[in-house]
Amino acid sequence: MNQRSRLSLIVVQVFILSLMFALLGRLFYLQVGAGPKYRDAALSIQSRDIVNPATRGMIVDSSGVPLALNRVGLAVTVDRSVIDAQSDKGGAVLSRTAKLLGLSYSDVFRRTRLCGELAKGNQLGCWTGTRYQPIPITKDADPSRALAIVERADLFPGIDAMPVAVRNYPGIGGVNAAHELGYVGPLTESDLSGVNGNKYYRSESIGKAGLEYQYDAYLRGKPGIRTVIVDRKEAVTRESKNTKSIPGDHVVTSLDVRLQASAESALADAVMRARSIGYRGDAGAAVVMDVKTGRILAMASYPTYDPNIWEKGLTVKQAKDMFSESTGVPALSRVLQGLYAPASTFKSVSLVAAANAGYDLRATYSCPAQVTVGDRDFQNFESKAQGRLTMKKAIAISCDTIWYQIAYDEWVRDGGLSPKKNAHDYFFSAARGFQIAQKTGIDLPSESSGRLADRQWRKDWYVQNKDYFCNYQARAKKNQLTPFLIALAKENCIDGDKIRGGDAVNFSIGQGDTVITPLKLTQMYAAIANGGKIWQPTIAQAIVKTNGTIIQKMKPNVIGNLPATSATLSFLREALREVVISGTAAGVFSGFPVAVSGKTGTAEVFGLNLNGTKKDNTSWFASFAPSDKPRYAVVMMVSQGGFGASTSAVGVRKIYQTLFGVVGSKVDPTKALFPKGPPTTLPRISATTKVNK
Amino acid sequence: MSFRHFTGRRHKVRRAVMEGFDPILTIAVAILLVIGTLLVYAATRSWYGSLGLDPQYYLKRHIFNILIGGALAFGTTLIDYRLLRAYTPIVWGVGVIGLIAVLIPGIGREINGARGWISLPGGFQVQPAELAKISIIIGLSMLLSERLHDGDQPSSKDVLQGLAIAALPIALILVQPDMGTVMIISASVVTIIAVSGAPSRWVVGLLVIALLGGFTAVKVGAINDYQLKRLQSFVDPTADPQSSGYQLRQSRITVGSGGLIGKGLFNGPQTNGRFVPEQQTDFIFTVAGEELGFLGSGAILLLFLIILIRAFRIARRSQDSFGRLVCTGVIAWFAFQAFENIGMTMGLMPMTGVPLPFMSYGGSSMFANLIGIGLLQNVHARQRG
Repeated sequence: MNQRSRLSLIVVQVFILSLMFALLGRLFYLQVGAGPKYRDAALSIQSRDIVNPATRGMIVDSSGVPLALNRVGLAVTVDRSVIDAQSDKGGAVLSRTAKLLGLSYSDVFRRTRLCGELAKGNQLGCWTGTRYQPIPITKDADPSRALAIVERADLFPGIDAMPVAVRNYPGIGGVNAAHELGYVGPLTESDLSGVNGNKYYRSESIGKAGLEYQYDAYLRGKPGIRTVIVDRKEAVTRESKNTKSIPGDHVVTSLDVRLQASAESALADAVMRARSIGYRGDAGAAVVMDVKTGRILAMASYPTYDPNIWEKGLTVKQAKDMFSESTGVPALSRVLQGLYAPASTFKSVSLVAAANAGYDLRATYSCPAQVTVGDRDFQNFESKAQGRLTMKKAIAISCDTIWYQIAYDEWVRDGGLSPKKNAHDYFFSAARGFQIAQKTGIDLPSESSGRLADRQWRKDWYVQNKDYFCNYQARAKKNQLTPFLIALAKENCIDGDKIRGGDAVNFSIGQGDTVITPLKLTQMYAAIANGGKIWQPTIAQAIVKTNGTIIQKMKPNVIGNLPATSATLSFLREALREVVISGTAAGVFSGFPVAVSGKTGTAEVFGLNLNGTKKDNTSWFASFAPSDKPRYAVVMMVSQGGFGASTSAVGVRKIYQTLFGVVGSKVDPTKALFPKGPPTTLPRISATTKVNK
Repeated sequence: MSFRHFTGRRHKVRRAVMEGFDPILTIAVAILLVIGTLLVYAATRSWYGSLGLDPQYYLKRHIFNILIGGALAFGTTLIDYRLLRAYTPIVWGVGVIGLIAVLIPGIGREINGARGWISLPGGFQVQPAELAKISIIIGLSMLLSERLHDGDQPSSKDVLQGLAIAALPIALILVQPDMGTVMIISASVVTIIAVSGAPSRWVVGLLVIALLGGFTAVKVGAINDYQLKRLQSFVDPTADPQSSGYQLRQSRITVGSGGLIGKGLFNGPQTNGRFVPEQQTDFIFTVAGEELGFLGSGAILLLFLIILIRAFRIARRSQDSFGRLVCTGVIAWFAFQAFENIGMTMGLMPMTGVPLPFMSYGGSSMFANLIGIGLLQNVHARQRG
């Protein structure tokens, strides 16, 4: 062998052996280095989880009456592995099924497609589960039609009918409570992506709103998982795991179905009454709270909707109506999300402010027809002069001009348009003490926070709107170029960042830019009633396991105290009692056997309705009772409902009637809902608990 | 001394030849054959079982192939390789005829887009390209060693003649088309020429051409038409969206999921679920990866390493140039084919359909591989004299 040959052979040998070592290195990396990664990848290729959702826990009222439970529905389901193997991919069978059920073929087709099988952006109604489980076309089939499917299996290969659990809001005692209960629905991609830190399985239902959303982690339970190993053709080769589902826990609320139903019907009546006397009456809210705990005993919002429509399968029209202005946006909870100017109900805050500023509450004050602030006249309500009044009387008949004068004087004292560095701002700080701009913190999702139009808010507002007001002629729409609005814009452009005298005056009677939710006003009046404690409202009382074990009891929380002395508060309560005895609510409550204290409110609303008409006043009545030993705060609000007394106070009286068992002009103690106060012990939970008459 | 074998009685000859075998080479190949048999069975038993067919169908045929291959290998060792030179034109001619026949419609059969098989009675098929590898190695080695008396080197003319000898069968295989086999044969040809002591310019030139060709093949031809079809046929329309790299991805996942010790023989869920297509042939190594883990599949690589090291030893010790070149050709063939196959299953190499020597299911390839071993043993047995 010559030298070159020998050398070549060695080179070839080194080269080839290094190729083999390269393979060994790669093998080590794949199997040992990246082994775990590939093991997971392989597992996701081979295994399929079949999810058996847990029975959802019930939501019950304080005496155990079910508000949300599970009903057995008849589901008509499709087995994709069977229909896909048919020569027309199940086309004939699906259209036959659609016809039998009275549905459109395209709806049925969509409902049986995995979302990934439909084009992006066109996946409405797709099946969010897997193909290994029966896919429901409907969960609420007519039994005779479902029977036809089972009997003629030859005509419906791959179609089956089976009983399934359907979330049901039984409406016992006529209760609706749609906004409080919420609803359940399928998971979205973002739920599944784990952004909120929870791991879900595709076919689970989760709470989408209300209590169903808030306590979903308890209500949902743990689904049973059957993991099967499949081959490339998706045939199951064996079962690798099978865990039983763990049913969800029950939520015991502080609601009472009797009171809830009464609040709902009183609210609806109030809205109808407002409409009958010519007001638009587009929405409303009513809340009953236990002033000693902050627990919500009833909570109603108008307009409402049937909470069961979600499980029945929402049609496109139903879904649209839910959020449409023309139907009054039924999806919106007015209690939590409706923001309205509090109007005269806010005078309770002003009274506290005046007391803190050193005004003598026992003195008399002038209630003229108008007060001039700067170059503008601010009118008393209905422009009536009432002469000199005690403060109590002023509250009772809801005199505005007293507050104009006090608020204006205080504004001037604080420096007017060039405010002092450490201005007292008695009105703003009293409002802050009532936590006007904070959420109540109730255990329901999507609460709105109120707006406190103080100096800081004004500055922020100005920064955002300066450009518009300073270029008003160019920016505004043609029909807004009236001399008044142009002058207003000019004024806003010059000193829109400052609290002007007019702003201070408006603020004192709950008008202007300050808005709150009905729930916030309830919290405020409960605090006035209980001696100053601001409770964080709660609607759930406890979480209870299916076997009766208590998992968690929600402890009521005091989250603040009113910025008022007990003397001030006791004076305020007397004044609020006077409202009902001799003031604006005297007529509504005349002859009512329970002593009620409260305050009417009639808020001016600016802006126009969709049809161009001017918006009607917001009607408020905020109250508590019994006046000597307050236990319940009841607030009603009717948007565009007219006067506080004639619309809302009447509704509130009806709620008290139910609460205290008022028959005619007498209290019938046997008819009172809570003779010894709201229940303090937890009820036994059963799906069959009846309403206690 | 070497003539003694031919003067003795037949059984004596046989024993003498066998005594001349390299025992380590024999044992390493035998272990690979046994492991390969188990892997072929593992890859097909649950698949065929689930189809209601004989789960041992592939196992039985694979063992049958090994027995025939073993007989062919032994036969190859009987005639002194130096005498084999005389038969070279015949071996080469038969190879070329086979490659031509396979292209004739009615005789050749198309599988996976390549017209590379000739059907035989009994459901067997012959793949002439596999056997052509031997023809080319022997033919080229003969041409380049013809004038060699130690020290002489092949001239440019010899190299050109050698290339011509190789070019015809390579061209015929290209027509099928079977890119994988072309690449492996080309690598063998370049290696043989390099070791033959041919002028450096030839070696360097061919290396450059081979590198360029390989690069182009990877860039352009790696996934050609028939391979694309093959990929598409495995994209399950009802499963998750799958990229065209389904086969390679599945293959890599299957190997990786084996981890250090593997899932145990016959216990690989990927294998039993038939997630890797063609697992008993081109992707047999994934079975080892999943079921035997790094320890088992690493052992397979070590066995290949042992076979190659022993083969190099035989090549180095060969008394004559022909023996050395034949050994070099066989080494390059085994090494590149094993590298391409295993590299492909691990995502190092592009996908070309070449079987893993001694392990993949497939008669022709098994026969050719074992004949290759027979050639190595033949050279080894004649080194003592």
